[in-house]
Amino acid sequence: MYDTGKIIAGLLVFLLVITLPFWYNLATGKAGYTPELERPTDARECVRDSAYMAAHHMDLLNVWRDQVVRQGARFETGSDGQRRERSLTRTCLGCHASKERFCDRCHSYMGVQPYCWDCHIAPEEPRP
Amino acid sequence: MSVDRRRFLKIAGLTTLAVASGSARKALTADAADSTMATPPSPPLTAQRWAMVVDIRKCLAAGDCRDCTLACHRVHNVPDFGNPKDEIKWIWQEPFERVFADQEYEHLEEALKHAGVPVLCNHCDNPPCVRVCPTGSTWKRETDGIVMMDWHRCIGCRYCVAACPYGSRSFNWRDPRPFIKELEPEFPTRMRGVVEKCTFCEERLARGKPLACVEACKHKALTFGDLEDPDSEVRALLREGFAIRRRPSLGTQPEVYYKL
Ligand code: SF4
Ligand code: SF4
Repeated sequence: MYDTGKIIAGLLVFLLVITLPFWYNLATGKAGYTPELERPTDARECVRDSAYMAAHHMDLLNVWRDQVVRQGARFETGSDGQRRERSLTRTCLGCHASKERFCDRCHSYMGVQPYCWDCHIAPEEPRP
Repeated sequence: MSVDRRRFLKIAGLTTLAVASGSARKALTADAADSTMATPPSPPLTAQRWAMVVDIRKCLAAGDCRDCTLACHRVHNVPDFGNPKDEIKWIWQEPFERVFADQEYEHLEEALKHAGVPVLCNHCDNPPCVRVCPTGSTWKRETDGIVMMDWHRCIGCRYCVAACPYGSRSFNWRDPRPFIKELEPEFPTRMRGVVEKCTFCEERLARGKPLACVEACKHKALTFGDLEDPDSEVRALLREGFAIRRRPSLGTQPEVYYKL
């Protein structure tokens, strides 16, 4: 075996370089950035609890979509006894007034591109 | 969520190839009718069978009034491309002799012949568009007979456009958004590659509001109501005078009636 030392040293340097982001993050905590989402100022109940919404809002929206469009069931009563419309633009964006500072911040961070907005109109969209 | 129509089609195509010899059945998660559904703010307008009666004489007397079209196209974000090739239409005017080509007599009343008659989806009782749709994007609502569309599911195959004998359906060849003069935020737009048509304002009926075209017509030429209810306005109109439907021989059973 020739150059064992060099090869091992080279491998070590290589490993160090490719894991650099992890070391950097451990040292500074900077890469652990999570997006800041704008919460509604007046603390009202969400249609489901926040943990569920964070993980499954897209599933709920799909269910709502089918209930509204296919079954004509536009309204539901929440566990808090409140009646709500199953509507992305009216109900969700009624509280989370800014699509940019709520939906987009997380979606851009995660690299997801939901196509809701191809058709549905966000409240602040400037009118031509 | 991240799978858009185009990607879905690609994946679907590949899957079909892969399982060409076998049969794959996909259980779609259907939500059972919801028991928690509450009543909306103003009670919805309901019927057993929605129908419309168009009074051609009143329309004729109104000259080139286009109030119904303008109102409908505004509240539903219907784009105006400014050319007939890309045109999207929900309710519009056609000359009588074209609308009722099969009813033409040799000496048809001159004024009637070229008169503009409002036409829209007839919400047929036996709709051929529904039969051909491979995705179930268009269907007849059993509760009130409205021929519905689910723009989320339409793949733009245009079978329905070919199947509808009335030209009631339009295809979005281009992105319609930039061609909507004034966006109505309460209603979605459509996207490129989707078919659209009149939905009898089901979103307005659900909120207890009358049809946009009926509301807009100052001349009271359009009447909307329940065909199954003998006391309804539409039934009264049909009782009192002669009314025709478009191309009745096709057996589509249109539910838009034209009073002469
Ligand atoms: S008029 Fe055309 S689009 Fe409307 S229900 Fe009849 S066949 Fe379908
Ligand atoms: S264009 Fe859309 S609505 Fe029409 S048949 Fe195809 S999938 Fe169905």
